[in-house]
Amino acid sequence: MKSLTSHYDSLFLHVVTKAIVPLIQIFALYVITHGHYSPGGGFQGGVMMAASILLLRITLGEASYRRFPREAGLAIAGVATLLFCLLGFASVVFGGNFLEYGMAVPGADPVRLRYWGIFWAEVFIGFLVWGALVAIYDALVTGGVE
Amino acid sequence: MIGQLDFWLMLVLLLFALIALEVRDLLAAVGVLTGYSFLMALLFAELGAPDVALTEAALGAGLTGVFFLVALSFFDRESED
Amino acid sequence: MRFASILLLAAVGGFLLWGSGDLPQRGDPESPASTGISTYYIQNAYHDSDTPNMVTAVLADYRGFDTFGEAVVVTAAALSCLVILLRRRRREDGSETGVFPDLDGDAPGGAA
Repeated sequence: MKSLTSHYDSLFLHVVTKAIVPLIQIFALYVITHGHYSPGGGFQGGVMMAASILLLRITLGEASYRRFPREAGLAIAGVATLLFCLLGFASVVFGGNFLEYGMAVPGADPVRLRYWGIFWAEVFIGFLVWGALVAIYDALVTGGVE
Repeated sequence: MIGQLDFWLMLVLLLFALIALEVRDLLAAVGVLTGYSFLMALLFAELGAPDVALTEAALGAGLTGVFFLVALSFFDRESED
Repeated sequence: MRFASILLLAAVGGFLLWGSGDLPQRGDPESPASTGISTYYIQNAYHDSDTPNMVTAVLADYRGFDTFGEAVVVTAAALSCLVILLRRRRREDGSETGVFPDLDGDAPGGAA
């Protein structure tokens, strides 16, 4: 705890962190949303998003809790899990199986529906992994006995 | 050619794993373990599984290293055995 | 003890190396891994879901229930980490620095 909050303060560290974090997040969003076409997907992109937040946590220390509060990690993970569950039940309403995206909207093209179903599943998985990993990190750092 | 690359990658993987077990400084052990994960990602990519390689590079080389360092910052750096 | 562990390690490693001689070659079309359901995925993944990356189609569509279970497991792991680690801290110094003070009934100021 002490070694992480009373961190080594350096102007270079702060400038480089603030320059590199948006790039990591843009690449993470690219990996999440282009799971259809390139290697990657929700899980990998979510891990990258979590890594960018962890970089902020380690470099900025207490100041990073203003940018990404402690409660946000678990809130994002929980909401994303709930939305993923609702996405699965969307097809149950119209007589399909759980997570059978092709039945989610009656009358629409099943192929396009499955395309968008995969897309939203990847997005929800990405946000879930992001929030869960940041929550685990916060629990490890703030929950330890000093 | 590719089979030979497999062989050398696996040999270096074994070497990294042994070093990570034997080294006394735990910070160095975490660094060697991170290098092990990068080589593992290279091996996965070479075996034709880029998805798994991306996961290994992001999780194994990035996040577990950070988690190990956080755990290490609560304790001494020296290994007991 | 150390000698015994090295001997055991070498024995298990040699056993696995000996067993790996019977594995099919990588990319063998006759191997059991390539003759089952995977041919269906390879032939139909693009037409079924308009997704060029077959791995994503299998993970999020054909085996979506697996992925959903994984997602729930990750969330449960985060939740259990928070509950276990934060309770321990509050017991030690009695202060209200945790994320969710209401979780612990016997903490001072927490919901009974």
